[in-house]
Amino acid sequence: MTQRGNSRILTGTRIRERRLALSRRQADVARAAGISAAYLNLIEHNRRPVGEHLVLRLAAALDVSATELAEGREEAQIAALREAAVRLPDNVAPEVDQAPELLARFPGWAAALIATARRADALERQLVTLSDRMTQDPYLLTTLHEVLSAVTSVRSTASILAEGGEIPPDWRARFHANLDADSLRLSSTAQALVAYLDSFEAQDAIFTPQEEVEAWLAAGAPPVEAADDLASDAARALARAHLLRMEEERAALPDAVLAVAAEDHDPLRMAARLRQPLDLVMRRLAVLKPPGFEAAGLLVCDGSGALTLRRPAPGFPLPRPGDACPLWPLFQALATPHTAIAKVVEAPSGRRFRTLSLATRHQPLGTDGPVLTRAQMLILPDDPGASARPDLLIGPACRICPRADCAARREPSILATA
Amino acid sequence: MLDILMIEDEPNIAEAVRFILTREGWEVGLHADGLGGIEAIRGAKPRLVILDVMLPHRSGTEILAELRGDHDASLAATPVLMLTARGQATLPAPQADAVLAKPFANDELRAMVRRMLV
Repeated sequence: MTQRGNSRILTGTRIRERRLALSRRQADVARAAGISAAYLNLIEHNRRPVGEHLVLRLAAALDVSATELAEGREEAQIAALREAAVRLPDNVAPEVDQAPELLARFPGWAAALIATARRADALERQLVTLSDRMTQDPYLLTTLHEVLSAVTSVRSTASILAEGGEIPPDWRARFHANLDADSLRLSSTAQALVAYLDSFEAQDAIFTPQEEVEAWLAAGAPPVEAADDLASDAARALARAHLLRMEEERAALPDAVLAVAAEDHDPLRMAARLRQPLDLVMRRLAVLKPPGFEAAGLLVCDGSGALTLRRPAPGFPLPRPGDACPLWPLFQALATPHTAIAKVVEAPSGRRFRTLSLATRHQPLGTDGPVLTRAQMLILPDDPGASARPDLLIGPACRICPRADCAARREPSILATA
Repeated sequence: MLDILMIEDEPNIAEAVRFILTREGWEVGLHADGLGGIEAIRGAKPRLVILDVMLPHRSGTEILAELRGDHDASLAATPVLMLTARGQATLPAPQADAVLAKPFANDELRAMVRRMLV
């Protein structure tokens, strides 16, 4: 059945419903609209189309706005009803072709059905994102791995003690100490895990807008309106602003120009040669990823240190939004604006990265306006063996960082310390 | 020749496993880092390698791939028992001879090692 056919049926039915609601005779309404009662009867039973002018006359006769008899809003609602029907289990088969009738005769029930279907859809999306988080969240994966390691140790060690047989006193003492240490580690890790899972419930949304945008970027930044990852209005607004900025920056530094310049491999020399700001060159390298920068990542923070863009290089230890390692050179750059800081950093996994950080200051509202600071860090995986030793030992965030002797630690780690 | 070389970065697990297997009469060596793991295998030439998947610097699967590609054919064929915290179904190491999911029972460990060393 075509859309046009549906709207014709709907209009006729709505005219009839409206007339009956007013307790008016068919002949009276027909006369007021300038048509015969027989013709109105055909219209009301959806056997004749209703033209635009006739809709206006009937609307006037029925003391209702023409838009209420018009087709647009209802068609959307009918489409929503059909969509709700499609999503039902196979063994439930509502009369899809009677959706227009349902909407016209029981608009309240139809609205309730549409709202329920949309709610179910939203919950389904939340379930998918929650499932993704459970299987990909680095914090959860690390913590669960820690729990399993401690449990493995406890189980093996306790079994040794329970199995009997001769155990030298020094080994027995060592196993007791290990059990004590592992049980402590297990309890603190389990508490941290529960607190973390509790925090899920406290959140209004499963993902923050920033996380939605990150997921969208990771999916290749598909068109905003069609992007499944952008569930909230805030996320879509962020995504549009991001696209606009990317477009402006691409216009300022076109792909072809950057691709040639990138053969140099040194962003500072590239910026000098191109006569472009270094921060622009860094951002464009992270987006275009020319040869030599294929695995480039980029972190951006504002003057408060809050991360506003997180596109890490593969293997770079990135915690959840709102958390970070204070030793990242990105934050050092905030203290020395307009001075590039190049550092080789090593993650707890042993992987090394070359980083280039730069902070810039702006006064977008003029000399009387506030000074805004932004820092960014370009991240590139280091060639194995390229640097003898790293400049900095960094981590993801204190809670999931195993570096026990870190001078920047602000809270205990839930991990066994290295 | 060493019977077993275990590459495991969790010291308490490594200690417990070494005790369990040593008490069975096998000689067990330990290496605690992914870095240098393949060199430790080449140096010890053990009859069996027990290899954790998640290791610092270099994962167990990377070490296993390197071992299987070693130019010394007999070394490359060394039996490998992988220890994983993620279950056998998700283990990305088809080249392993056996997989043991953490946590495991000591009897399970002993039986598996016995089978692999026969």
